[in-house]
Amino acid sequence: MSAQSDAAAPQPALPGRWQPAVTQDPMLRKHGAQGYGSLGQPVSRIDGPLKVQGKARFAAEFPYEGLCYAALAFSTIARGRITALDTAAAEAAPGVVLVMTHRNAPRMKAPSLMMSSPTAAGASDLPVMQNDEIHWNGQPIAVVLAETQEQADHAASLVTADYAPLPAVTSFDEARKTPRQLDNLLGQPPVVEIGDAEAALKGAAVQVDQIYRTPRHNHNAIELHAATVAWTGEELRVHDASQLLDLTAGQLADIFGLEADKVRVSSPYVGGGFGGKCLWDHQILACAAAKLAGRPVRIMLSREGVFRVVGGRTLTEQRVALGASADGRLDALIHTGIVAMTSHNSCPEQFTFPARHLYAAKTIRLAQEVADMDMLANTFMRAPGESVGTFALECAIDELAEKLGLDPIELRRRIEPDKDPTSGKPFSARHLIDAYDKGAERFGWNHRSPTPRQRRGGEWLIGMGCATATYPYHRFPGGAARIRLTAGGQVTVSTAVHDMGMGTATAQAQHIAARLGVPLTQVTFEYGDTSLPRGVIAGGSTQTASIGGAVIAATEVFVEELLKLAGNDSPLAGLSLAEVETRDGGIGHCDDAARFESYESILRRSGRDELVCEAEAPPPAEMEAFSMHSYGAQFCEVRVSEVTGEVRVSRFLGSFDAGRILNAKTATSQFKGGIIMGIGLALTEETNFDPRTGRIVNASLAEYHVPVQMDVPAIEILYTDIPDPQAPMGARGIGEIGITGVGAAVANAVYNATGKRIRDLPITLDKLM
Amino acid sequence: MNPFTYERASDAPAAIGLAKGNAVARYLGGGTNLVDLMRETVERPEMLVDVTGLPDGIEPRADGGLLIGAAATNTALAADSHVRTHYPLLARAILAGASAQIRNMATVGGNILQRTRCRYFYDTAAACNKRQPGTGCDARDGFNRYHAILGASPACIATHPSDMCVALAALDATVHLDGPDGPRSIALADLHRLPGDRPDIETELKPGELITAVEIPPLPFARRSTYRKVRDRASYAFALVSVAAALDLDNDGTVRDLRLALGGVAHKPWRASAAEAALKGRPATPESFRAAAEAELAAATGLRDNAFKIELAKRTIVAVLGNLTGDDA
Repeated sequence: MSAQSDAAAPQPALPGRWQPAVTQDPMLRKHGAQGYGSLGQPVSRIDGPLKVQGKARFAAEFPYEGLCYAALAFSTIARGRITALDTAAAEAAPGVVLVMTHRNAPRMKAPSLMMSSPTAAGASDLPVMQNDEIHWNGQPIAVVLAETQEQADHAASLVTADYAPLPAVTSFDEARKTPRQLDNLLGQPPVVEIGDAEAALKGAAVQVDQIYRTPRHNHNAIELHAATVAWTGEELRVHDASQLLDLTAGQLADIFGLEADKVRVSSPYVGGGFGGKCLWDHQILACAAAKLAGRPVRIMLSREGVFRVVGGRTLTEQRVALGASADGRLDALIHTGIVAMTSHNSCPEQFTFPARHLYAAKTIRLAQEVADMDMLANTFMRAPGESVGTFALECAIDELAEKLGLDPIELRRRIEPDKDPTSGKPFSARHLIDAYDKGAERFGWNHRSPTPRQRRGGEWLIGMGCATATYPYHRFPGGAARIRLTAGGQVTVSTAVHDMGMGTATAQAQHIAARLGVPLTQVTFEYGDTSLPRGVIAGGSTQTASIGGAVIAATEVFVEELLKLAGNDSPLAGLSLAEVETRDGGIGHCDDAARFESYESILRRSGRDELVCEAEAPPPAEMEAFSMHSYGAQFCEVRVSEVTGEVRVSRFLGSFDAGRILNAKTATSQFKGGIIMGIGLALTEETNFDPRTGRIVNASLAEYHVPVQMDVPAIEILYTDIPDPQAPMGARGIGEIGITGVGAAVANAVYNATGKRIRDLPITLDKLM
Repeated sequence: MNPFTYERASDAPAAIGLAKGNAVARYLGGGTNLVDLMRETVERPEMLVDVTGLPDGIEPRADGGLLIGAAATNTALAADSHVRTHYPLLARAILAGASAQIRNMATVGGNILQRTRCRYFYDTAAACNKRQPGTGCDARDGFNRYHAILGASPACIATHPSDMCVALAALDATVHLDGPDGPRSIALADLHRLPGDRPDIETELKPGELITAVEIPPLPFARRSTYRKVRDRASYAFALVSVAAALDLDNDGTVRDLRLALGGVAHKPWRASAAEAALKGRPATPESFRAAAEAELAAATGLRDNAFKIELAKRTIVAVLGNLTGDDA
C-alpha cells in the first residue's frame, strides 16, 4: 500500500460505514474461514455455457408478435437540405409496412449531450429525423419497415433524394485553420500550465520536440448495433445492445415525452461495447417507427450502417516537447494539439490526460483545442484520449531516452513523481516501476540492443520497445444495489449494470460471495435491466468500482437489518455495524470468533422468508482526495521485413498495476483484448474519411483492418495485484488500460528494429520501405 | 439486394439454356463476391443460375498437365496433391487469399470472374465509370492505395484482387468456355481486359458464356515455384503487391526459363513478360533480378497513395526470385 494513503485520515463520522477517502472498504481487512473465497480466482464466465449454446438472447433475437424489420437509407452529402425525397418505389415494394422520413416521423425532442444532465445520453444533440437538414454524410434520411429484413433492405435501396448542398467543412486541413478553444475537457481544465515550459524547453540540455498523428478509428464490435422495440400504449419496451441502460431509458423518455418509469430497457448480453454501444439514432428511429406503425420493430445496422450512424475515435495531431537535464530529469513537459470534432457533440479525445499524471517535470504545459467539421459525431472508443495520448507521449519519452543515452525504463525511473505532478494530490497507490521491473525481467528486456538494427533473422529486422500504460480510476455516483437474502441462504444482488463480454456478472458474483461470506454457488447477480435498481454506465473503466460502492452501501444496510432481526437472543446482541463483519455465511464479531450467527439462523429465528435491502453508493470522495490511476508497462517485440516493410508483432507482454484483480481469467482477457486492439491501432486501423465528400470510404471489415488471428502473437499478462486502499475491493477498472501504451510500444520496437521513427499511425509498410 | 429468381443447373448446356437471352442473368458459383455486390446493389441480376453442380474434378492429364472443373472449390484445389507437388505456386496463391471459410465456398470459375476491387465501385454514392459508365472516377483523386500502377486508364484504376489468377497467369493456364455459340478456349492471360475507356467490361466473355474448366499445361520446372503476397495485415487482406514465380536454372546458374506474374498492380492478373524476357539467359543474381524488375515496372505510374507499390513490386520480385535460387525454394 502506498505511504501517501495515510495522508488523509481524519476520524470516520459514521462508525462502521465506508466513508470514501476517510476509511477503507471493510472488505480489505475482513477475514473468515473462507477468506476471500473465489475472489481473484480464474472462475469461468457464468454466462459462457449459455453463449456457446446460442441460448443467450441478444438484442436482435427477441421475438414479438407482429414484429417488423427496419432498414435505413443514408444521406450522400455532408451538409445541406433535402429538396426531394422519393419514397414511392420503396412504399410499393413487396412487404413494406411504411417508410418514415422527416415528413411523417413523430415529433420528438432532440437528445441532450451526455453528461449535460443526469438523464442525458445523446452522442449528439441534433434532432433525429425532424427536419430536412443534413449534418453528415451518412445521416439516416429514411427508415423502411417491412415484413422481413430482406424486404426492408431492398426497399431502403429504392429511396432516392435530391439535395441543396451547403458549404461543408470536410477537410481537417481546412477546419484546423479556425480552431476552437474548449471551456473544459470532460470536466477538467483544457489548459494546464506550471511554470514557463516553452522557456524551460529552450534552455534544456537535451530536447525532443515532435509532432505525432493518429487517424480516425471506427467501432467494429462483433455484434452489430441492434434493438428490438415495442410500445404498449404509452409504455416503451427496448431490448438494446447497451452499455448505458438507465441513461438510455431516461433519454428515450425525454425524447418521447414519457414518464421515466414508462420506458424499460434491457440488455443482458452485448457482443462488445468499447464505448460504441450507447444511444445513437438507430434506437430512436426504431422507437419512432414502431410508434408510427403501431407494431414492434427490430433494427440491426448493417456493418456499413455502423460506420454511418455510430461515431468513432476522432483524429489527433499532437505535439510533445520534452526538455531534460543531462542526468535525465524533465525540465519541461509540453503536450499540446488539436482534434477534429463537431459543434453538436462533446467528445474531445482528451489526449493530454496521461501527461497530467505520469511524470515529474519542473515545468508543464498541456493544452488541446478542437477543429469543428461537418461529420458524424465522434465518440468514446476504448481509452479515448489515453490510447492515442500515450502513443505520442511514450514515443517522445523513448526518443528522449535515446538522446540521453539512457535505457527507456531507467529514464522513467528518474522521472517517477512522488505526488501527482499537476494536481499535487497524493497517489492512492502507484506501482508503475514495479510493473516495469517485473515485466522487463519476464520479457528479457536485457537482450534489447540500445542501438537500432542490431538483430535480424534473414530479411527480418527484430526490435524491442516498451511504453507506459495508464488509465484513470473513476467511480460514478448514483448507482444503487439491492441485496435479497432468502431463508435458504441464497443471495441475489441486483443493479442495472452491464456485461458486454467483460465478465461483470462473473466477477461481481465472486465479489458478492467474498463480501457476504457465502459460497459462489449461492450467489446470483442480476443486471442488464432498468427494472432493477439504478445502475451506472459501463464506460471509462468505472463500472466495477461503482458497483462495488453500491454493494458496500447495501451491505451496510443489510448487516444493520440483520443485527436488528437478531435481537437480544443472539450472540450478536448489542453489537453495532462497526463491531461486526460478514463471514462464513453470517455475521460475526470482528475480534471474537465465538460471537457469530448465520444468516439462515437469524432469518429463521425472526420468522422471515427473506430480507431485502437497497442502498445507493456514497459520493466518490476518494477521487477528490487522491490521484487515482492504473498503470502498466507494455513490452513489444516486432519483426520488420527489410524488403517489404511489413511489420509483424512477434511477442507482447503487458505488466499491469490495476489494484486487486477480481478474476484472473476475465481480467487477463480484458488486458489481452486491449492489447490486441492496440496492435490494430498501431499497425492497421484507419478510417478513410474522404475530405472531398466527408464520406467514410472503407465502411467495411474488408477494408477497415482490425487485427486477425495471424496478427496477434502469444500475449503474456502480469499484474501486481496490490489492492488500492482507496478503491472498493481495492480494485481499479481494467477495461481500457490494456490498449494504452501499445501504439508507442510497437512504434518504439519498430524504431529499435529499423532505426526509423514513425510518428504517424498506423505504421503501414510504405512508411518503412 | 433486389429480388431475383434462382435456378440450379445440372450441367453446362442446362446452365447456358437457362441464362440464354437473359441479359440480367448471372452464373452463381460460391457467391462470395457476387452476393456481396448484390447486397450493395452494385450487381442487380434478375436471375441467378447456380453452377456449383457442374464438374468439379481435378484431373491430371496424360501430358503432365491438369484439368480443373470450374466448380472445384478453392480449398479443394489448394489441397490437391498434384497441385502441391507440381504447381506449388498455385497452392500457395490460393491459401494466401481470403479466409478458410471463403475458400470453402469459392469456386475456381467464380474466383476468375470476381469483379475488380475498389471501394468507390462498391459505394453507390460514389462516381464510378465501372458501375455507371461516364460518371467519372472518385478513386483517381481519392483513397487509391490498393489501386493499379500498371495498365490503368483515366477511366479506371481498379485492381483485380485474385491471388489464384496470378499463379494461373504465370502457368499459362487456358480457360475453357461454353456458351450459346458453342465451346471455345482462351488463355487466362487474355481473358481479363485492361480498363481502357470501358472499365465496365472486365473480361472477353461473350453474353451467356460460362467457364467450364481451367487447364494448366505441364511445366516441370514449376516444382521450383512460389507465391508471395505483401500486405499490412498478415491475413485476410488483399495484396498490395503479390508475385508468382517459377524458375528454371542451368547448372551454371543461368536462368534457362522462368514464369513471373504480379498481383495487386493492375486491372488484370499481370504476366510480367518484360521481366521474363530481360532475365532469360542472364545469370541468376540480385543484379539481373533487379534489372528484370526495372524492365517490368518501367511503364508503371503511381498516384497519391499507391506510388510506393512501384518500388515494392520491384523489391518483391527480387526477393522472390532470390528465394527460388536458394535451397528453401
